[in-house]
Amino acid sequence: MNAWFGASVQRKEDPALLCGKGRYADDIHLPGMLQAAFVRSPFPHARIRNIDVSAAKALAGVHAVLTYRDLPERLQEPIEMLQPNPSILQVFMPHVLPKDEVCYAGEALAIVVAENRYIAEDAAALVEVDYEPLPSVSDCLKGLEPGAPLAQARANSNILAKMSLQSGDIERAFRNAPHVYRERLHLHRGGAFFMECRGLVADWNPVSALLTVHVGTQSPHRLHRVLIDLLQCHDSQVRVVTPDIGGGFGPRGQVYHEYLAVCAASILLERPVKWIEDRRENFLATNQERDQYWDMEIAVDEEARILGLRGRLVHDTGAYLPKGVVLPWIAGATVPGPYVLPAYKLDIVVAMTNKISVSPVRGAGRPQGVVVMERMMDLVAAKRGLDRAEVRRRNLIRPEQMPYAVGITFRDGRPVVYDSGDYPACQARALQAADYAGFAERRERARRDGRYIGIGISNSVEATGLGPYEGATVRVNTNGKIAVYVGASSQGQSHKTTFAQIAADHFGVDYRDVVVIGGDTATISQGHGTFGARMAVTAGSSVHVAAAQVASQIKSIAAEMLEVPETELELRNGRVQVKQVPGTSGVPRNIEGVGLSLREVAVRSIGMSGFAMRPGSKPGLESTAYFTPDKSTYANGTHVVEVEVDVETGQVRILRFVVVHDCGRLINPMIVHGQIVGGVAHAVGNALLERMVYDADGQPLSTNFGEYMLPLASDVPHVNVSHLETPSPLNPLGVKGVGEGGTITGIAAIISAVEDALSPFGIRIRETPISPQRIVELIKEARQSAHKSV
Amino acid sequence: MKPAPFTYHDPRTVEEAVGLLASLDNARVLAGGQSLMPMMNFRYAQPDHLIDLNRIAAMSGISVDKGAIAFGAMTRQREIEFSPQVSEVCPILQAALVHVGHRQTRNRGTIGGSLCHFDPSAELVNCVCVHDGAVLKARSKRGERTLTMSDFAVGYMTHGLAPDEILCSISLPLWSPRHGYAYVEVARRRGDFAIAGVAALIETEGRGGAIKRASLSVAGVCQTPVRPRAAEAALLGERPSQELFEAAASAGEFPEALSDAYVSADYRRHVAQVLIRRALSAAAEKAEERWADA
Amino acid sequence: MPDRRRISVLVNGAGYEREVETRLTLADFLRHDLRLTGTHVGCEHGVCGACTVLLDGLSVRSCLMLAVQADGCSIETVEGLAPAPDQLNLLQQAFMKRHALQCGFCTPGMLMTLTEYLRAEPNPTEEGVREALSGNICRCTGYQAIVAAALDAAAALREQGGAREELAK
Repeated sequence: MNAWFGASVQRKEDPALLCGKGRYADDIHLPGMLQAAFVRSPFPHARIRNIDVSAAKALAGVHAVLTYRDLPERLQEPIEMLQPNPSILQVFMPHVLPKDEVCYAGEALAIVVAENRYIAEDAAALVEVDYEPLPSVSDCLKGLEPGAPLAQARANSNILAKMSLQSGDIERAFRNAPHVYRERLHLHRGGAFFMECRGLVADWNPVSALLTVHVGTQSPHRLHRVLIDLLQCHDSQVRVVTPDIGGGFGPRGQVYHEYLAVCAASILLERPVKWIEDRRENFLATNQERDQYWDMEIAVDEEARILGLRGRLVHDTGAYLPKGVVLPWIAGATVPGPYVLPAYKLDIVVAMTNKISVSPVRGAGRPQGVVVMERMMDLVAAKRGLDRAEVRRRNLIRPEQMPYAVGITFRDGRPVVYDSGDYPACQARALQAADYAGFAERRERARRDGRYIGIGISNSVEATGLGPYEGATVRVNTNGKIAVYVGASSQGQSHKTTFAQIAADHFGVDYRDVVVIGGDTATISQGHGTFGARMAVTAGSSVHVAAAQVASQIKSIAAEMLEVPETELELRNGRVQVKQVPGTSGVPRNIEGVGLSLREVAVRSIGMSGFAMRPGSKPGLESTAYFTPDKSTYANGTHVVEVEVDVETGQVRILRFVVVHDCGRLINPMIVHGQIVGGVAHAVGNALLERMVYDADGQPLSTNFGEYMLPLASDVPHVNVSHLETPSPLNPLGVKGVGEGGTITGIAAIISAVEDALSPFGIRIRETPISPQRIVELIKEARQSAHKSV
Repeated sequence: MKPAPFTYHDPRTVEEAVGLLASLDNARVLAGGQSLMPMMNFRYAQPDHLIDLNRIAAMSGISVDKGAIAFGAMTRQREIEFSPQVSEVCPILQAALVHVGHRQTRNRGTIGGSLCHFDPSAELVNCVCVHDGAVLKARSKRGERTLTMSDFAVGYMTHGLAPDEILCSISLPLWSPRHGYAYVEVARRRGDFAIAGVAALIETEGRGGAIKRASLSVAGVCQTPVRPRAAEAALLGERPSQELFEAAASAGEFPEALSDAYVSADYRRHVAQVLIRRALSAAAEKAEERWADA
Repeated sequence: MPDRRRISVLVNGAGYEREVETRLTLADFLRHDLRLTGTHVGCEHGVCGACTVLLDGLSVRSCLMLAVQADGCSIETVEGLAPAPDQLNLLQQAFMKRHALQCGFCTPGMLMTLTEYLRAEPNPTEEGVREALSGNICRCTGYQAIVAAALDAAAALREQGGAREELAK
């Protein structure tokens, strides 16, 4: 029975959020609460000689100023790196507060706790730090040159890891190839820039020896794990609970050293302490992503079929290595995409710089992988004089090849095996929706008016639903109310609605009658977090499994209470009752519709104090499931984008944006649509606007929303989205992840379209983002070199 | 990002305001607050005294008199944007204002605040510059002073008011009723600081007639708005044409163009020339339209 | 000695009198002194629009105003939009129907900007709505659903004729 699964129902989250009744971290006011601000390094790299906090401490309203030396011994260790891998050569992780060295501009080195944030900032300005500036690394390639300064004084080089991805016989592929084309690409870093900055309230209660942390994090259990390690306490002494969260997109899932410093302050002062990151701090100290250099070469046959692809990726991890080799690995594993790639070799170097650390931002390495492959496809098309869609079509994996083993290992430790999808159909449909066939005529018409328009295509295959699991507990309380508990939090993904839809169908209730509680370590013991487009697959499947178990438990108890066979019962309208289908059972008509409320069954299920349980029964209407996907399930999509470029000013306007996406079955099409369009907006930013500028020493120059440009309502086009629904065979719901596809696929298509619009000038775009100035420069360079060659 | 402590003053009259400004150390004057407040939130600006002009009713208002339109310095950008008077006699201001920030900032931002912030890319500053004979009136305890734009435009984000002076009004001489006007700019996004912006005013001899008066001002490219006099001169006595505008645009040279981590001097110069041509073209079209309507 | 002042404001029709430090921003005053936390702070430099409120009917960035400057003013915030505790106004309903919010953080600013806009503009175009919204950043939705919701709300308000008072306090 699927009354709710698949329906575009309105969100349960909305009424409160629309009335200003959301409760985000900064909306939490606790009695006695103090507010924190951090002292941050103005240098990209420096030794800390001394910190003088006396003037700051003396200011009225200041309760404490803490540095490394004030921390309890167990909090003086660096934070543990949670994703070790044999390819890692050196690990650098931040301390709760740095001991004697700061490695990026903005690294927090002291925490000030005061009556309010205004005073805390006044005091932070009074902390006197004696720095010895050290040489620093800004660009990761420069950091690899001989004699380059070290980004960490204790490092033996700026290389933190080296690894390779390989499939097929790459040497042979290139040895015999009739055509080989090379490209060097630079993909620039950007950030998540969720609208609500980071923040938390740490509330140490000395009476109950309980630390409650209200924090907008994607991964409450990850923080919980780090905290019980650092505090050496029992797991129930730390509760990490998420309030409403104003966007996540990856960086909000990390365990930041500031969080631990705020917890330490609360414990030391025995008062609740709040820290709300401001936007300047957000630019300096919230993780970013995407800086990568790729040197690639592709071998193709006479028909433009790929024979092999090889090259080197240098990945900038910033000052620390919070995510190990995860990001470049994902990027490299995403490169093959929907194409048959007989041989592939990628050498990966993870390089350290004096910039804020790198951890996943919407797409997590995948957008880069897609940009690289799609740039190579466009290059092949240009060199072979073929249509770009046709080159792609010839190389697409066909549906009858599913499941398709790519031949490399993914970061989840499993071979990359695409489970399902019809890539040729997806591309064909997108081309049709964008009237690709009619583009030549549109272009000609535009050229007659002196306008330059271009069309771009991009395909992607995206690993979603990463393991190991995300659990769910489904419980019918003794008052009859249905509750679903999941480990990870929602930052806009609508878990309260979609998980309720999944559960409601099992109980025959309205989805609005199912309460979903996410992101509270007190309610479910294990969890990993909301990332990697995994919640629908992992938690969604767990909700499904657990709800089915509880529904079956209800029937079993009700069968005994009503003295009818379980098979005669159904759950409907919040009751368990005898099926109302006449003639299908031996049940006499006069008991049809007879049944029990869920409350009655729940009360029976817990037993009666002092009495024995029914033999073989388990107390409570409750089940916990941890759906553990065997491997990632692969979503795919095609984007076709049409742009107009003002070749005088370099300004780009997006005229048309078509997305055809396959994320398996849709739990709530309206929500899926929103995820995709939102992802496309992020792609528009990454392709055209968002640039985090650093100077040659690693000093960040883009530290406000005027300098770092997020797309506005006037920049993002109307997006035309349609779906293929190839159910995933890897989970009971048939779903695949959807949160990142818009971003992953979109950047490459936009770049491709801009390049196409500039095709009269013969320009190649080898970088993201591409700015109007850069476009004008490229046109000028092309004109000059054309002039020279005449 | 909270302002550092200061003492707040909200005088009700200009006399009171200039008295405070003369007597207080490290005082800043607060107009619409759309530039100073962010600077204070970032603690780039940390005045000990803040003199808020928002409660001085006499400092705002629009009037047209003796061939000029005058604005109280505290006249909000929004008021100018929607003023029928401005629309009638000085429409370039409204063409420029759609590029100024966003609805919410124009509701607070003032013309005087914009002038005193003196950002090189500011549209309203550029509109004042394009009007030869613009008059700025400032007051201090010492009395009233009249400044021309050349007195006022001292340098990069630096105006020519004395530390004890407050800008009180701005007056722009009117162009003939059928003048053509245009404000065009290139900014990365709507409402962003312009990489280059061009204000153009022209008067022609009538429909299809030659240009008898032309004024151009280019913002965003150099440390202060620049009047490309050679370009203006190239237009006089000529009939509007694309070739003419192209020639005028190439006459606009900006040797002092600014370069920063985001935008190169070359690009600014290039865009300025493109925009001069486009602004002239749009202004000429507007003049033609207005003659046709007459 | 911190510089303090006594101020009185009308917020969503209710009067409040408080003594505040003069450097307190209007956004912080609403959020922390009045505990009206629906108005959000997203950048504190006047770009993101999350803190948009209406001051005497006009949209302003409340992070760029001091609380003392609002003394004697009437302020409207997101908390004042719903006609009754369990009801949504037409604009809020349109947001819900169109899925015009995900994380919800920018939403109060979006709603207040559109409230001002739709009071003045009964027949908006898509381009007009996008222009009006260009001072409010959303990182989740890609704006498409917000634009659709604004156009829906305008249509619903037109249909209900006099009901435009629903947005007019």
